[in-house]
Amino acid sequence: MNWFNILEAGVSVLLVAVALAAVLSKKLLVSIIFLSALSMMAVSAFALLSAPDVAVTEAVIGSGLVTFIFVASIRNLGKAGEKL
Amino acid sequence: MKRVFAGLLAVAFGVVLLLGISASTGLFSYNEELLDDSAASHYIAKDVNGDTGEIIFGETMDAETGSANMVTSVIANYRSFDTLGEVTVLFLAALGVSLLAGSMDKGRKRRKSGFILKVSSGILFPLMLVTGIYIFTHGHLTPGGGFPGGSMIASSFLLLYLADENFRANVRGFKIAEGIAGTLYVVLGIIGLLAGGYFLINFLPTGVVGNLFSGGIIPIVYVIIGLKVGSEITGIITDMFNEEVKA
Repeated sequence: MNWFNILEAGVSVLLVAVALAAVLSKKLLVSIIFLSALSMMAVSAFALLSAPDVAVTEAVIGSGLVTFIFVASIRNLGKAGEKL
Repeated sequence: MKRVFAGLLAVAFGVVLLLGISASTGLFSYNEELLDDSAASHYIAKDVNGDTGEIIFGETMDAETGSANMVTSVIANYRSFDTLGEVTVLFLAALGVSLLAGSMDKGRKRRKSGFILKVSSGILFPLMLVTGIYIFTHGHLTPGGGFPGGSMIASSFLLLYLADENFRANVRGFKIAEGIAGTLYVVLGIIGLLAGGYFLINFLPTGVVGNLFSGGIIPIVYVIIGLKVGSEITGIITDMFNEEVKA
């Protein structure tokens, strides 16, 4: 059990915790921010699993562009969605 | 009752997944013995052009793909035709978004952006743009490639949109760039067909592994993909802001 294993265990626990927070949060905007954080956790997991190519793609698309598209959609929902 | 059942199902699925992962690799780390038996390592160890010697970074000449990044040699050389299809899928997705978003209500007021975002975007935009270009020009040497690099270019334009409420990207320019890049990819494939007998064959010398100018057509393909993906996703972002400039 060296520091690397501890880091891996921490990332795995955070992945599950952030995913639960994203599902359970009441406001849609908060959910999206947690989803973005989940992507960043996934980036760390991919980097630890020595998949840097996937990590770079996930960092750009998962936590950058997808977050923007979700926020833009929520704003367009207007009255049909929740008050932000 | 329903929720309890769903929770139990989720936990059971998680346990099965964890058991499956840890059986082959350990929780998050490699089990070397099992890895040696896996199909992937056979493909990694397989010699492809009769040369079984070790590949040395910066010394080996004329390797089969000449790419230092294994993933890239698959994406942009062995399975380049699949990548052409992938680029086509992205093009169709962008077309769909522009058809849908182009018909939505226009002229909505954009939210005024804050002072800090406005000032810092001037510093961040060139850095993000250059990082994106670096990622796709060095796709055959370092992790990343055309798709992440192009997306990073697009997100630098997204930053400009967010920072300045009056900013409009030159949509027509991006569409022309996208079309030219897509055509060049196919033309490159046809040149390979004429020169080497296969569509998208690597017809250039592959050079020394690890140099910037190595890998034959891989860097060319990745620059094309980077420009195409960058302009496509910038187009999608522009559509999302409902500001399609009438052509």
